[in-house]
Amino acid sequence: MAYNVVVCVKPVPDPKHYDKVTIDPVKKTITRTGIPTLVNPVDKSAIELALQLRERYGGSVVVISMAPPNADEILREVLAMGADEAYLLSDRAFGGADTLATSYTLYHGIKKIEAAKGFSFDFVLCGSESADGATAQVSSQLGEWLGSPHLWNVFELEGTSEEAFALKTKMENGYMEWVGYTPLVLGVAREIRKPRFTSIMGIMKAKNKPLTVWGRADLSEAEDTYLGLAGSPTQPGEIFSPDLKRSGELFTGTSEEIVGRVVTILRSNGVVVGG
Amino acid sequence: MSEKSKKIWVHAEVVDGKIANVAFELLSKARDLAEAMGEGTEVEATLTGSGLEKEAERLAEWGAKAIYLADDPDLQMYSPLTFIPVLAELAAKHQPDIYLFGATAIGSTLGPAVAARLKTGTAAHCIDLRINEEKKLVALVPSFGGKVIGEILCPNKNPQMASVKPGIFTKKDPTPVPVRIEKLDTSFLKKLDARGLKPVNVVRRPPAGLPLNEADVVVCGGFGVGSQENWHLLEKLAEYLGGATACTRPAVDEGWTDEHCMVGTSGQSIRPKVYIGFGISGATHHICGMNESGVVISVNRDAEAPIFEVSDVRIVAEVNSILPLLTEAVKPKF
Repeated sequence: MAYNVVVCVKPVPDPKHYDKVTIDPVKKTITRTGIPTLVNPVDKSAIELALQLRERYGGSVVVISMAPPNADEILREVLAMGADEAYLLSDRAFGGADTLATSYTLYHGIKKIEAAKGFSFDFVLCGSESADGATAQVSSQLGEWLGSPHLWNVFELEGTSEEAFALKTKMENGYMEWVGYTPLVLGVAREIRKPRFTSIMGIMKAKNKPLTVWGRADLSEAEDTYLGLAGSPTQPGEIFSPDLKRSGELFTGTSEEIVGRVVTILRSNGVVVGG
Repeated sequence: MSEKSKKIWVHAEVVDGKIANVAFELLSKARDLAEAMGEGTEVEATLTGSGLEKEAERLAEWGAKAIYLADDPDLQMYSPLTFIPVLAELAAKHQPDIYLFGATAIGSTLGPAVAARLKTGTAAHCIDLRINEEKKLVALVPSFGGKVIGEILCPNKNPQMASVKPGIFTKKDPTPVPVRIEKLDTSFLKKLDARGLKPVNVVRRPPAGLPLNEADVVVCGGFGVGSQENWHLLEKLAEYLGGATACTRPAVDEGWTDEHCMVGTSGQSIRPKVYIGFGISGATHHICGMNESGVVISVNRDAEAPIFEVSDVRIVAEVNSILPLLTEAVKPKF
């Protein structure tokens, strides 16, 4: 059996540059000037899983993103990894969406692709969380809008027979095992698959792959009540940078002297040492 | 005429047949929130699982006046196909104003799914909660790995939902209240189409030593620890001190330890009396999970490492020059 897979991807500011994220003291908005944008790291693991499912069973891999218009560069990169085609949902009307509104928009994008293709996706994959907001809520909420069973933090997925899949999800101090049948909506952890490197051939091919941009008018079935900032039940308030600075007394001297002072601190905090 | 009484709900997660600590932490916070919301605000809890009648009473010790209990063999293990309809149904019927979840492996997916079903908002992984002048919930939420903290409100929808990681709130002393346990008719579970997804098994691999959130001393290691051998030494140090070992993402990537002891935005939040960090650079992701520690001692060869900004004691040195000596110094002597 072949599987049709859609992977949701998010462009995020490069986590290596988060020290450059600042707050505009007047406008109270986040400034991220000079920080490069990349594919949310764990989303690449989701794409890798999709590609391997296609390689093993046949089918197709479609990527979808709700993002500003310049996200097309990110989507080309994903196409270069091997996805068949990409859809970008981009419109001012989608801006400022919380997780519920984001998942609603993605849901309508996915429904429209399904209608155009004449099939339903077997797997809807997301990275378990984004590097920037890290709410980790979109996959579960997308599963609810789609009315499909959904699991989060999936770190193993293997086909067991023609139709069943064995899955594992992370738990505190362990994991949970599942048997699932498609359709499934999965938020995957990065361990699920190691993303492949993009080849030059992949980049060449990606230039000719279809990349469709849809705006508000294209998602005609969607209701304004659930779109964008206005359709988001959660609303942002103040933002600030936490001040976590501590005194930072520098311990100098020989290693023995330093260790001696550390032991003193441990003792004075009630820690039993050498007991 | 008095206003309709308000309700703050806590979902009490069950781990291996016992109510998880995070539920008591949330109930403790819920009592503060109830006070801020004004007289007549009640704290209540939801509980789902199998064979939980005795456990249900424990929630009353932490101030839950009503407990909505869904007790059924079909709820023995978490499944989105059974838990979500149960909780969404309960919330739709009883209309809580606020509904809190632990941001655990289950709570992090269950909470937002229930919110989606109720078409309401939920704030993820909050580091604090308060009530504003309009008597609305204000959730403080980190983003960009903890570099920025933002307020999240849900001004026009109820319940106003939020998830909070274990260890963020302190568990107060129990204050028992008379409790009303309301058992839910779960016969509808039999009629649910749950064929698409079945929970099969829960496998626990408890890490050696104390759980991170119970340790007074946490010895934490990052990439700068340098080798598996040094990692074992680090574990010895934690053992000698009667504490626990923690790590950052690079130590997991190097294969020295596993994710279960990771501290930070995608790991655990800790607040030990003493935190000793070895070879940790201090990415905001990590700092966000350890900055509530009592005394912070950091060892790193790079004097410019960001971890020093949030440390009480700075030791600019190779891990190798301090770790073996310190381990030897605290070794029990018989």
